Amino acid sequence: MPKDEVILRVGGAAGDGIASTGESFAKICSRSGLHLLAYNSYQSVIRGGFIYLQLRAGRKKIYSHGNKVDFLIALNQLEFQRNIVDVVPGGAVLYNSDKIKPDSDQIPKDVILCPLPVNEILKDIGRNPILQNTVALSSLVQLLNLDVDVMNGVIRDYFGKKKQSVMDINLKVIEAGYEYAKSNLPDFDFDLNPDYNIKRPVLTGNQALGFGSILAGCKFYCAYPMTPASSILHYLIAQSKKSGMVVKQAEDEISVINMAIGSSFAGVRSMVGTSGGGFALMTEAIGLAGQTETPIVIINSMRGGPSTGLPTKTEQGDLFQAIGASQGDFPKVIIAPSTVEDCYYSVIESFNLADQFQIPVMVLSDLFLSEHMESITDLDFNSTIDRGEIVTSNNSDKLYKRFKYTDTGVSPRAFPGTSDTVFQASSDEHDDYGNIISDVFTDSEIRTKIMLKRMRKMKFIEEQLPSAKLEGPADADLTIVSWGSTYNVVHEAIEILQNNSKNVNHLHIKYLIPLQKGIKEILSNSKDTLIIEANYSGQLSKLISMETGFQINHTLFKYDGEPFYPEQIIDKVEDLI
Amino acid sequence: MVVEPVKIEEYKSETTPTWCPGCGDFAVLRGIHTALARLKIKSENVVISSGIGCSSNLPGFVNAYGFHGLHGRSLPVANGVKLANTDLTVIATGGDGDGYGIGLGHFIHSMRRNINITYIVMNNQIYGLTTGQASPTSEKGMLTKSTPSGLLEVPVNPIALALISGATYVSRGFSGNADHLSTTIENALSHKGFSLVDVLSPCVTYNKIQTYQWFRDRVYTLEDEKHNTDDLKQAISKSYEWESKIPIGVFYKADKPTYDDDEPALQNGPLVNQPLDTGKNIAKQLLDEFT
Repeated sequence: MPKDEVILRVGGAAGDGIASTGESFAKICSRSGLHLLAYNSYQSVIRGGFIYLQLRAGRKKIYSHGNKVDFLIALNQLEFQRNIVDVVPGGAVLYNSDKIKPDSDQIPKDVILCPLPVNEILKDIGRNPILQNTVALSSLVQLLNLDVDVMNGVIRDYFGKKKQSVMDINLKVIEAGYEYAKSNLPDFDFDLNPDYNIKRPVLTGNQALGFGSILAGCKFYCAYPMTPASSILHYLIAQSKKSGMVVKQAEDEISVINMAIGSSFAGVRSMVGTSGGGFALMTEAIGLAGQTETPIVIINSMRGGPSTGLPTKTEQGDLFQAIGASQGDFPKVIIAPSTVEDCYYSVIESFNLADQFQIPVMVLSDLFLSEHMESITDLDFNSTIDRGEIVTSNNSDKLYKRFKYTDTGVSPRAFPGTSDTVFQASSDEHDDYGNIISDVFTDSEIRTKIMLKRMRKMKFIEEQLPSAKLEGPADADLTIVSWGSTYNVVHEAIEILQNNSKNVNHLHIKYLIPLQKGIKEILSNSKDTLIIEANYSGQLSKLISMETGFQINHTLFKYDGEPFYPEQIIDKVEDLI
Repeated sequence: MVVEPVKIEEYKSETTPTWCPGCGDFAVLRGIHTALARLKIKSENVVISSGIGCSSNLPGFVNAYGFHGLHGRSLPVANGVKLANTDLTVIATGGDGDGYGIGLGHFIHSMRRNINITYIVMNNQIYGLTTGQASPTSEKGMLTKSTPSGLLEVPVNPIALALISGATYVSRGFSGNADHLSTTIENALSHKGFSLVDVLSPCVTYNKIQTYQWFRDRVYTLEDEKHNTDDLKQAISKSYEWESKIPIGVFYKADKPTYDDDEPALQNGPLVNQPLDTGKNIAKQLLDEFT
């Protein structure tokens, strides 16, 4: 039976055009009605290094970028040797045979070499080192029996704004590569079952977070460049004409969040994005947002820590940092989106929660979720924008109480410019009017009252958030607990395990603060429990134990910077049941 | 039509200042009340952002929207408020520790932006609220609680920094000359672009060297000297005068495009007035870019 799924890896050095080759292939797949998921493994170098992009595509929803590859496009000698061990038997390597000379000792048995004599193929067209990538890609399109016209369309769109002559050359290169493969390369048994009537959007997590913020009516995004959050900044500034959003790169993360708090105080939905180190600089101001009851959405796309750590690698190591961000107690929400699609919905929900409860909402993504490309089916544009209670005039002869004591803890907000609601928002403790009570005499009664008012919000937030949900059979022999970006890979592992007659279910936790309702009940009814986290200490595991008293039995922690593979989870489960 | 004069009282809040009797900050507060009244800016359209320190309590004493934020961060908040609503008059206030110490980076970068806000620094060359440690503008050799053997660092020169960092209204006031101070603040508020008013505002409790008398013996007004405020080099030269003669008044003034003028996303008016709903058409267009 022909394979209905393909895994491609493009390996090379930074500057070799790996990302654009990967993106082109992603678009070819998505315009062929295929689902895909791609992961870019790279280092913090501008040129050189060892970089690869791995993309898996097929008609069914794809949950991971897979492990071993069907096709390797090697862009240099070193990457040829480094990656060839990961090619499955019957898989192939496509490479520029003018540059790369395979060492026959190092070629695993059953791996098929597909040399591409690029100079010969392009002798009538032109010489440009980057054209080798196009030759390899068009050859692959032929080997996978995909429509070459789709690739032409992708390249036309890509060069559409550039020079016609460059586009013409590329179209000729595609044809040459495709024809070469047809006449000279062996047949491979693939049928991806393309449907050219379906076009699937392909987004990274960061693009989905950015897109979601636009639809949420965010009009101010502020950031300081930091991997892996920077592509939110890039996406939003590129769309700023359409979205009308002010996108500001500030001098440091302290300025970033304080600017956003200023903008939110003045009435504009505001968001910031960073990674762990920048988040650390923001922490004091997160408490400021809590104390002044100023809504704000903070994205922390986590990377390997501590300190500068692994700038280009993934980790879920900042949960405790987010929980403990800033001194004192104040109401807050921490949400961890699970998939690219969920990034979109989570950010819209975060803005609503931030406005309804006038709190900081932290969104924990990670490098893998933020930067990997994933196809989605569709997105709902009908989400409501709920700005919470806003006062546009003070309909009483009494002074406006910005921090009025209410049953829910939420006091109607007013924005500067409103005629009769002038008030002070203060980082110092204050009374219901906003008058400072901290300096001259500290009024312990008011302090207790205003603290209770603010903290009361948590009860209502918890009630509003959905309960934890168990996926899979209730009577499973093992419950796998996960959070954030590991949703997809756990889902795939469980599918495989179930096909192997292992009875496993899945508890994925999205709301970390307040911790979702129902977790203790689910876990208490489980026969056995395993938690999967991409960190050293099992931060969610500890949080669950702290909040519910439930101790999860087994753990699978990973902190090597690479995302989980389904096999790692399957192996662990097979050891247990 | 007879326009009623706006009374200073309208800008006073009901909170009584907590400063020590004789504190230089009273004159600054009076200057802000006076300037707002003279310019007839409605209270509701004023936002005063401050950090932490004695002087950062100022927003609470003005009948205007106030944001009393974190130590050193009054300017980022003020930047954010202005970008959100360009119709507002935005003032940042604080002390020398707040603005020239912990917040120095924001000071320079806000000036580079020439964003249309006014920054009023009550500079007393000491940390008052924390009971008398050295500040970034304390003189070298000064004996303070934190420098019992004498301060080993030279002071920051805020006027010189402002001149080389892109501020387009750079001035200094003195709390001992309240009329001149009010006028300087009034002109700063009228200026389009980043305006700095560095105020020599004596701390009567912890700074026993730079007293009112110490300043009175040295200050002179640039206006009386017919100083040319268009001349940046001359202004820089003036900014180095300190030991025996200390200039107050406007060092430099320039008419240059502001950040809020140039920001493409603000061309349709204040952000806060823009519709929140992106609309299905734009949403569809944006999503199509991903296919």
